[in-house]
Amino acid sequence: MELLCPAGSMPALKAAIEHGADAVYIGLKDDTNARHFAGLNFDEARLKEAARFVHQHGKKLHVAINTFAHPDNYQRWQQAVDMAAHAGADVLILADIAVLAYAAERYPKLERHLSVQASATNVAAINFYRQFGISRVVLPRVLSMQQVRAIAKSSDIDLEVFAFGSLCIMAEGRCYLSSYMTGQSPNTAGACSPAAFVNWQDNDGTLESRLNGILIDRFAPNETAGYPTLCKGRFSVGDDTYHALEEPTSLNTLDLLPQIYAEGIKSLKIEGRQRSPAYVAQITKVWRAAIDAVQSAPDHFKVQPQWQQVLAGLSEGSQTTLGAYHRKWK
Amino acid sequence: MQFSLGPVLYFWPKAQMLQFYREVADSDFDIVYLGETVCSKRRELKYEDYLALALMLREAGKQVVLSSMTLYEAPGELRELRKYVDNGEFLVEANDVGAISMLQEQSLPFVAGAAINCYNQHTLRRLVSMGLSRWVMPVELSGQWLSDVLNQSIISDIRDCFSTEVFALGHLPLAWSGRCFTARSENRSKDQCELCCIKYPAGREVSSQDGTQVFVLNGIQTQSGYRYNLVNQLSTMHNTVDIVRLSPQQTGTFDWLAKFKANLDGTAPQPLSASDSNGYWLQLAGMATG
Repeated sequence: MELLCPAGSMPALKAAIEHGADAVYIGLKDDTNARHFAGLNFDEARLKEAARFVHQHGKKLHVAINTFAHPDNYQRWQQAVDMAAHAGADVLILADIAVLAYAAERYPKLERHLSVQASATNVAAINFYRQFGISRVVLPRVLSMQQVRAIAKSSDIDLEVFAFGSLCIMAEGRCYLSSYMTGQSPNTAGACSPAAFVNWQDNDGTLESRLNGILIDRFAPNETAGYPTLCKGRFSVGDDTYHALEEPTSLNTLDLLPQIYAEGIKSLKIEGRQRSPAYVAQITKVWRAAIDAVQSAPDHFKVQPQWQQVLAGLSEGSQTTLGAYHRKWK
Repeated sequence: MQFSLGPVLYFWPKAQMLQFYREVADSDFDIVYLGETVCSKRRELKYEDYLALALMLREAGKQVVLSSMTLYEAPGELRELRKYVDNGEFLVEANDVGAISMLQEQSLPFVAGAAINCYNQHTLRRLVSMGLSRWVMPVELSGQWLSDVLNQSIISDIRDCFSTEVFALGHLPLAWSGRCFTARSENRSKDQCELCCIKYPAGREVSSQDGTQVFVLNGIQTQSGYRYNLVNQLSTMHNTVDIVRLSPQQTGTFDWLAKFKANLDGTAPQPLSASDSNGYWLQLAGMATG
C-alpha cells in the first residue's frame, strides 16, 4: 500500500520524501490543477528538479492536471501534459475527458490515474474511463467503506482513497457552490472559496467571515475562527443556526486502516498541497508508521495515541471525522 | 427554439406528480424529462410509473426523455439505471458517466445532462462520437463560454449531430453529497431519513446569519438559494441554444413558460424578483444579477 503525499513546493516535496512517502503529487503553477493558489506549485524548472529528487530516492512523482480545460486556451492543458511528460513525471492525475484522451494517445506509456475531480463513484463510471487506459482511480470522499468495498470487489482496477486532510463533502468535480458565490470553482479555476474573495471583520469582539460579501460565519471571542470554506459555514435553516452542510473538520481514516488494507486499496492519499513543509513532514511520519504497522501485522494493528494526537493538532478546528466512510456520518 | 421541462427535482407525492403531468400533457412544452435524478430512496413513482407517464406524454405529442440519477454509489442503483438504459423506446439523459458507459455499450444516443463534465470542444467532440445527441452544458458556464465552445472549428463540422440545451429557470442543482442535508436539518441520519424531504416540495431554504438566501437543501442535493432565471436573456441565445429548459416549480411553471415564449425576441421583458439571479449566464458569480 502506497503512501502518497502532497507537495506545493520543493521544501514540502523534500519533507515528504525524507519522512517516508512512497510517492508525491504536485501541480503546475497555473489553473490546470485543483490547488491553484498564489505562491504554490511548480514551474518547469522546479518540476524537473522535483522529478530528479524523487527519482534519486527511488520514489514516484505524480502530477495533477485535474481541472477542466477552457475552450479558448485548451492548449494550456495539452502543454501541461507535455511538460509533465518531458520532465519525467511517473504518473499524470487527470479529470477532463479530452485531456485523458490526449495523454493516452500522445504518451501511451505514461501512467494515467483518474483524478477525484472526475467524480467516478461507481463501477459503471470507472468502466467509462477505462477507454482512456487509466490504471488507477482516486475515489471521491462521498462513498461509505461498504461502497468502497463493493467497488474493490467488482473491479480489478487499482484504487486510491483519501486517508487524511480537508474533507470535501460533495462529490468532487460536480460541485459548483464556489462559482455560485464567487464566480470561481474548482473545475474552472482550480480553487474553492478563493482567498481573494475572503473578508474578515471584527464587530466588538465578534469576528465575521465573508466570502464575496456573503456572511459565512460569526465567531464569538472564545471560538476559534476557521477559513470561510463555504460548505463549512454556519447558516440558518428553519429556526436553527448550525453547520447546515458540514462542520470545519478534517478527514482522518486511521481507525479504518486495517479495513482499507484488507480491501487491497493500492494507495492512501494525504490531502494538502497548500500546507507547509512542516505539516507535510509531520503527517507523512505518522502515516508511514501506521502503514508499516498495518502491513507487518494487519491483525494486531492498533492506532497509537501519539499518532492521533499529532493528527488532531494538524486538523481543521482540531476535529477529525471518518466522513462518509462511516455510514453514520451521512 | 424549443422549450423543455426538466425532471421534478423535489420529492412530490404520487398524486401531485400525476396531476402535474396531466397538466404538462396539455401544456406548450415540446420536450419533457422524466425521472428521479436526486435520491434512489425516493420511490413514490417507480420505473413502471415513469414509463406509463412517458407513454401518456408521448401520446400528447411530447418528446419524452428519461432522466437518470447524478450520484450512483451502490450496485443496486446501477441495476435500476440499467432498466432506464434498456427501456427500448425513449432517449435517456445521462447525469453520470456511468450511464454514458451503459448507453455507449448498446450504441444508444444520449443527452449529456448538466452534471456531465463537458467544458470544452474536444470533450464535446469525444462525447458526440460516443453517441451524444444533445448537450446540456454545466450550469456554472456562461453564454460566452457556450459560444466559445461552439465556434471552434473542430465543432463546426459536427454541429448538426447534436442540439444544445440550457437550464434557464429554477433553483440550480449545485452539488451532490453522500450526506442527506434535509435529514440532517431534522437531526436524522440518512439511514433513518423517513423520506422527510417529502415535507419540503420546494426544498428547505438556507440563509446566512444576516438573512441572505444562500442555498436550498433538497436531500443529498444542494441547490442555489436564488432561482436562476434567464427569461430576459433569450434574445441572446438564438445562435447557440436550441432548447431552453424550465425546471418544474411548485407553482407557476406554465405561467413561466408563457412568459418565456412571449419574450423570445426580448420584446416582453419580465421584472426579476429579489430572489432571482442570472449571473452564471453573464459570466458573473452564479448568485449575481446582471
